[in-house]
Amino acid sequence: MKVVLQNLTKIYPSRDKGPDVTAVNDFTFEIPDGKLIGLLGPSGCGKSTTLNLISGLETPTSGKIFFGDDDVTNLPPENRGIGLVFQSYALYPHMTVLQNIMFPLENFKGKDRLSKEEMKEKAMEAARLVQIEPYLERKPAQMSGGQQQRVAIARALVKRPRVLLLDEPLSNLDARLRLQTREEIRRIQRETGITTVFVTHDQEEAMSISDQIVVMKAGVVQQIDNPQDVYDHPVNLFVASFLGTPPINVFDGEVRDHMLYIGEDAVMKVDLEDRKVIVGIRPEGFILDENGPLCCSLTGVQVMGRDTSVVSSHPASRNPTVCSIISAENKVTGDTVRFRLKPFKTILFADDTEQALDYSVLE
Amino acid sequence: MTTNSEYLKIEKKQKRNDSIRTTLTYVLLTLWALIVLFPFYWMLLTSIKSYSAYNGEYIPQFFTASPTMENYKEAFTAVPLARYFSNTIIFTLSTTAIMLAVIVLAAFAFARLKFAGRDMTFGMFLSLMMIPNELVIITNFVTITNWGMRNTFWGLILPSVTSIFYIYLLKENFEQVPDELYKAAKVDGTSDFKYLWKVMIPICSPTIVTITILKIIECWNSYVWPRLITDKQEYFLVSNGIQTIRESGFGRENIPAMMAAVVVISIPLIVLFLIFHKKIMEGVSRGGTKG
Amino acid sequence: MEKQSLKGWIYLLPALAFLAVFMIYPLFDVLVYSVEEGYNSASQTSFGIGLYNYAYVLHDPYFIQALKNTFILVIITVPLSTGIALLIAVGLNSITKLKELFQTIFFLPYVTNTLAVGLVFMILFKKTAYSDGLVNLLIQSFGGTSVDFIDGPYWAKMFVLCFYTVWVVLPFKILILTSALASVNPDYYKAAKVDGATKWRIFTRITLPMIAPMLFYLIITGFIGAFKAYSDAVALFGTDLNAAGMNTIVGYVYDMLYGTGGGYPSYASAAALILFAIVLTITCINLLISRKSTAV
Repeated sequence: MKVVLQNLTKIYPSRDKGPDVTAVNDFTFEIPDGKLIGLLGPSGCGKSTTLNLISGLETPTSGKIFFGDDDVTNLPPENRGIGLVFQSYALYPHMTVLQNIMFPLENFKGKDRLSKEEMKEKAMEAARLVQIEPYLERKPAQMSGGQQQRVAIARALVKRPRVLLLDEPLSNLDARLRLQTREEIRRIQRETGITTVFVTHDQEEAMSISDQIVVMKAGVVQQIDNPQDVYDHPVNLFVASFLGTPPINVFDGEVRDHMLYIGEDAVMKVDLEDRKVIVGIRPEGFILDENGPLCCSLTGVQVMGRDTSVVSSHPASRNPTVCSIISAENKVTGDTVRFRLKPFKTILFADDTEQALDYSVLE
Repeated sequence: MTTNSEYLKIEKKQKRNDSIRTTLTYVLLTLWALIVLFPFYWMLLTSIKSYSAYNGEYIPQFFTASPTMENYKEAFTAVPLARYFSNTIIFTLSTTAIMLAVIVLAAFAFARLKFAGRDMTFGMFLSLMMIPNELVIITNFVTITNWGMRNTFWGLILPSVTSIFYIYLLKENFEQVPDELYKAAKVDGTSDFKYLWKVMIPICSPTIVTITILKIIECWNSYVWPRLITDKQEYFLVSNGIQTIRESGFGRENIPAMMAAVVVISIPLIVLFLIFHKKIMEGVSRGGTKG
Repeated sequence: MEKQSLKGWIYLLPALAFLAVFMIYPLFDVLVYSVEEGYNSASQTSFGIGLYNYAYVLHDPYFIQALKNTFILVIITVPLSTGIALLIAVGLNSITKLKELFQTIFFLPYVTNTLAVGLVFMILFKKTAYSDGLVNLLIQSFGGTSVDFIDGPYWAKMFVLCFYTVWVVLPFKILILTSALASVNPDYYKAAKVDGATKWRIFTRITLPMIAPMLFYLIITGFIGAFKAYSDAVALFGTDLNAAGMNTIVGYVYDMLYGTGGGYPSYASAAALILFAIVLTITCINLLISRKSTAV
């Protein structure tokens, strides 16, 4: 089931006479059938509102939502055929796991009505899918966070939804479980082939799990692409900074006579007209080279096993430190350290609009 | 510099002071416990003394050598105690049941449903909490009389089936149920009523049980309204019954039989209290904190 | 949106209906009654509008007596019960052994029928033809002279009434204060102890200020409750409180409404409104004082 969002806008009327809040602004996107989409952005960027609009818990101020060819914009949530998983799991504390999973089925009416046996069978099937069969008689409070999240997923899947929506499903789990559950969600999604929207503020999570990533900021979609492309070709400085750990290094730079300067260091020749630019360099974009053009003062070296993180500073850097990741074989000593840059990992942005600039390196 | 022996002296004094204080505390608490318990003991004791034995004691005896159940028999036969008792049970259970339905619906509307004028209505409810019962009881008496409901159960029950305070208490509790549960239920197509019935009420059952018990206590002990609205013995509740027993009672001043009646009407609540004392005390203190 | 609104009101309807009939309407109605002069409940007619009912009530010796009784009761029992409750709560909080047992026992009067247990108090204090009653025998054994607390002198009757009232209201106060005391963060006590503060100093400088809001709450509700005293008096002295000279304001209201001297809803309304005005005034004064002393 493909999901189409057409010029979706949600405006909350102001409280206390402040300005109205535009939570989602003119969002247009088509989610292909059977794909897993990661909605990524800092908190308050409108990703959860988007999810609520898709689920029908909120109605858009303008714009349309289609599931396949059906216009579901004004359909109440129960008629949309969606499954929803919450950050807090939202399991009913007084019901057992089995009762929780069966609960959505009890609401079927008319010809869809199921007998107790059918319900139980379907619930068992869902429980099997998320591998929680041994715990069916437990209450949610008697289970770990990871197990509770599986129950929540089973509950969302049991009625075979057309679209599965996951709202920060991993945020309440500890690091190890998060990794494990992430894989689990990916597996379940592949197995069932249900179109899935996954909301998160964790870029790593979004990158690792999604077929496509939607990056949002302040209600506006910044970029929609597959994870690698969002990382390699961010459309603007915000997207570039939001993705990647350690984050991208940002410098003030300038192009003069097709030469890119970072501070006073002439780092590479580019095919751009003279202008001020912002230079973003991924930590892995630095190559240690004693003749390299970029000269930084060394602050420290952090050994991380496989890699070495070189912490230094540069007068044109917007942050106090410049972080570069190099292979652990290199030895770094002295007060200064010189780098060559990988063109592919060096991204230029317009200094005024902060939009990425298209350029190629001149030899 | 304080020497070692001085330390010992301080320590000793401290210990002595502490033990005096502790002893005094226990003496005080025990004293009050005796004052609280004594009337209960006395009613039990008197109720099993025979009429002649009781009246023969110029100095009341603290024990009785020949306990008798005669007074209980008298209490149930000479006055319609059983009738008072069953009336009170009917009154208490129906009032509590109807009130629960009314306040659960109202609390749910305030806590969960969104509708125009909700906050204003709630504000009005809260301000009504200040109105003392004494002020409205006069008109209610006239209303019930005009409706011809004197000496009926409906007349007894109707004015006390709402409690703004309990609506408030329950609303607060309902609001603590996470929003996500409601959203999850909505997505699954659960109706509001089913959500209330299957999710809210079970989750908030501790509060509902507390309210139920408090209301039962209130109903069982209610005196003023039943007194106004009933003047036929067939509809007397225990409080009015006991007052009648006291005033015209057994044809003579039969204190042991009177005490037997007192024991009988006190027992249900005391049993309820002994079973649920934790819950009741917790509920009362919470109600008090929020009142 | 419209449908949603309708649903909300439907859920609210039962509560609203009952409140409208038994609370909001009576509120206006009582005002009307209180100014209708010469209202006749049989013919439901009145002579006119005015303040005569208030004047009548305020000149009625029974009302003056009730007013006096109620004020004495309030002035004695509110400070006394709050003080004893505080003492007991502090005691309860300082022990661990038997604490729960004591707590449960102390709460027992809360769940008993006031009328029923009042009878026990009556026989304990009453002088009869057969016996002087347990309390009088106790007094005699200490060398005092016996008094009839139920049918005797005014001060004796007032004493029993106050005693019984304290007995009845104490459970609630002890419970509230015990939980207030228990909720004071023990770190404060530890810190004060390290600083060498004496027990008394800790109590007055730390404990009391910390539980002050609860104390004020108890005092305010205590005042309101004591002004509405009625069934305790009935339990001890019987339904004809005017004859016993022990009526209370609420008792006066009910007597005006119903019973042998009843049938005067107008006088009852006027008396009830006077009571409401008194309670409101006292509550406002209380609130003002509590604002002043808690806002430092």
